Amino acid sequence: MTVWIAIALTAVGCYLVKYLGLSAPAGVLERPLVKRLAALLPVALLAALTAQETFSDGPHLMLDAKAAGVAAAAVALVLRAPFLLVVGVAVAVTAGVRALGG
Amino acid sequence: MAEQTEIRTTERAPAPPPAPPAKPDSAVIRDALGVGIAVGLSGFAFGVTSAGAGLGLLQTCALSLLVFTGASQFALVGALAAGGNPFTAAAGAFFLGARNAFYGLRLSAVLGYRARVRPFAAHWVIDETSAVTLAQPDRRSARLGFTVTGLTLYVLWNLTTLVGALGAGALGDTDAWGLDAAGPAVFLALLAPMVKDTVERVAAGLAVVLVMVTLPLLPTGVPVLVAALAAPAVLLVQGRRERATGAEETPRTPRAGTAAPHAPGDQAEELRHTTEEDRA
Repeated sequence: MTVWIAIALTAVGCYLVKYLGLSAPAGVLERPLVKRLAALLPVALLAALTAQETFSDGPHLMLDAKAAGVAAAAVALVLRAPFLLVVGVAVAVTAGVRALGG
Repeated sequence: MAEQTEIRTTERAPAPPPAPPAKPDSAVIRDALGVGIAVGLSGFAFGVTSAGAGLGLLQTCALSLLVFTGASQFALVGALAAGGNPFTAAAGAFFLGARNAFYGLRLSAVLGYRARVRPFAAHWVIDETSAVTLAQPDRRSARLGFTVTGLTLYVLWNLTTLVGALGAGALGDTDAWGLDAAGPAVFLALLAPMVKDTVERVAAGLAVVLVMVTLPLLPTGVPVLVAALAAPAVLLVQGRRERATGAEETPRTPRAGTAAPHAPGDQAEELRHTTEEDRA
């Protein structure tokens, strides 16, 4: 049940912000500070999520094969690889390192 | 005969080519399909991740059908898998989805949809459709790009989510396949194009430090929300510094007088100006 609550909240919230943006009269959210915060907020969240999902298992910090996979994804991004390849490289390297006993 | 033909062709050749009227539809469709297919297929990774996180088939598919913004979906299932409560988990996903409001603002000027169409178009307002749409030179191409990217991505993302969720059981231990690395790789791939200057690098770095320090201390789901505070914190410090030293010394303002911040997609800013001029 708690999962459905989370799904419903996320679905409604995410839809409403999309609709709000598409329907808001021009100028409402155009204040410089609001725009800067809107651009910077996903940067902070995505960086935090990347770190959390790479280096933690629940509340515990850890270093395992996933770190190698994500590092490989970073290299792929620097080399301007397409999205799907970046994800594929991360998965393949993680699986490879685990298979080797990492 | 041959000579004559040759002369004719040389006569024709110097004529200047007609000014390109607009981007051909086929080029727009090609761009849109490229993005739609590549990202749409990664719904498989989401399906597997979500099933691996313990969500049911219906729950996993509901997320892709109803939330339809990848980063928020990955964030939500990650938080739930870690045992976070539904409200902090949804809050993290929601804050991540809030950027779509700002894409919507830009898109509404470019697409110019009527009020009746907007509730439907809104569901497709995400990173990828915005990137394709805002890169188009005119409204016709923008609408085509938006529709083709949105449709391709929506259909594929949901189909591959289903396949991934069904396949997760057959794969057995998804960690052995390295599929737990898909989530962070998706986040990193979304993050990379957003980090362009010092302010963004500092915000990203601070967020990483905040989440790492608070992870062992705070309830699951909360550390990511704490890390989000890196954004206002960095803006606050930057604002103070700008006031103290004067605008010309700040790294963010390469040209004097252009204090314009860049929200997602620099080219979008330029495009918006041109479309506004067109309409004027």
